[in-house]
Amino acid sequence: MPLQSLDITRRSATTFTPPGVRKTIEVAKLIDVSRCIGCKACQAACMEWNDLRDRVGTQAGVYTNPPDLSAESWCLMRFTEERIDGNFQWLILKDGCLHCADPGCLRACPAPGAILQYSNGIVDFQEEFCIGCGYCISGCPFNIPRLRRVDSKIYKCTLCSDRIAVGLEPACIKTCPTQALSFGSKTDMLDLARHRLGDLNERGFKNAVVYDPPGVDGTHVFFVLPHGDRPESYGLPRSPKVSPMVLLWRSGIARAGGVFVMFSVLVAGILHYMRHGPLEVPEEKEEGKP
Amino acid sequence: MKTEGDLILRHPVGERITHWAVAIAFMFLFLSGLAMFHPFFFWISFLFGGGQFMRFIHPIVGVALVLLFYPYAAQVWKDNLWLPADTAWVMNMWGFMRKEHHPTDTAKYNGGQKLMFWSMVPIIAVLFLAGIVLWQPWFAPTFSPNLRRVAGLIHATAAFIMFVGIGIHWYAAYWTRGSVKSMVRGTVTRAWAKFHHPAWYREVSGRDA
Repeated sequence: MPLQSLDITRRSATTFTPPGVRKTIEVAKLIDVSRCIGCKACQAACMEWNDLRDRVGTQAGVYTNPPDLSAESWCLMRFTEERIDGNFQWLILKDGCLHCADPGCLRACPAPGAILQYSNGIVDFQEEFCIGCGYCISGCPFNIPRLRRVDSKIYKCTLCSDRIAVGLEPACIKTCPTQALSFGSKTDMLDLARHRLGDLNERGFKNAVVYDPPGVDGTHVFFVLPHGDRPESYGLPRSPKVSPMVLLWRSGIARAGGVFVMFSVLVAGILHYMRHGPLEVPEEKEEGKP
Repeated sequence: MKTEGDLILRHPVGERITHWAVAIAFMFLFLSGLAMFHPFFFWISFLFGGGQFMRFIHPIVGVALVLLFYPYAAQVWKDNLWLPADTAWVMNMWGFMRKEHHPTDTAKYNGGQKLMFWSMVPIIAVLFLAGIVLWQPWFAPTFSPNLRRVAGLIHATAAFIMFVGIGIHWYAAYWTRGSVKSMVRGTVTRAWAKFHHPAWYREVSGRDA
């Protein structure tokens, strides 16, 4: 947890406005899938910098290893084999937290301060405040947060917030040998993405897109996808949004309304008692007692 | 039915103990649930050893409530079967609350009490089932993300209905003098029984009210 106490845009389950006097630039990581060679250097760098070692598992028959994100694997290279326009394609996706501008995890979280969004766009989990309910998993449209059973805490990519706080680029960026990964301000990265998109279109990838989903107000990790007409093939949802059920369930208005109604029952009881008094057995009824 | 002088046994000791065990479990779940429902109440988590321990213990107490409530319901459900007098009670409920009208043919429980009972029977089941779907880390991972989202919404909605219902239950018990004592010590006076539950009084005493 870097010392960015003045750069907080949102704080989970919090009734006060976080201090936001400073306005830092929004950072972003651009993942140009067309340049990725699947070397997994980013995955190794993530393990290395964050000092994480996942359990050694078993080979699942594909190049993806470990088979899924976990509390110990915050960055995972996913490999998918697809037949596109009659040609065999090996689709590679660097999976991990996308750091949404409108983070569903933070909306769902009931623990004050367990999830922060810094003004630079990073969505960071503060595990010491996490209560282990797993609501953030329901809030996330990308299925990223992982609950560690041993300590009942949630873990995911921090976008190396500790490195960025001291002016370093994320570990995965530093290690990428093909410039598939770039890091900078969100506006610069969007410019770069459009430039790369133009190159891809010239090379015949007519369906290439910049995947910066508007359903979550854009993300601070975003992609150039050569086969942008089929994001599902890479393992990305087509139009990700925070589930309307989560929005209703965790909405401030619905919950404040619920609290208000419960409080009203208390007030109604007090007012009723003041107006009518207790319901007692009338005295005259006692006369006929045996 | 045992009667002792002026007192009539309304709730046998087993029923009373189960009732208060359910009440304690409910208070625990109500307070810890409220802490997770809205950040305004998160400070309550300190009563339960902090947020993480509260989150851990909440579903366990939830199971305890289910294991206590349904045996309790099994003891009292027959007395909660709907009768014509209960419809009459509900029709005159507002007058009853203003003490303008007093229904005369109420059996052991009145229409309001029966509505409370029959609303709690399914709501506790719904809370239990949705709670299982949400229960980390043991059960939740086996359910689909969408089912967990639905379960979250259902659990919160059902809890809200239960909180409002039990709030009414508390006030009604406090308002109706003698009813808290009947659930603590088990007995009511003949006059109380005759006034509040005449049909039940006739049944247990064999006399005309």
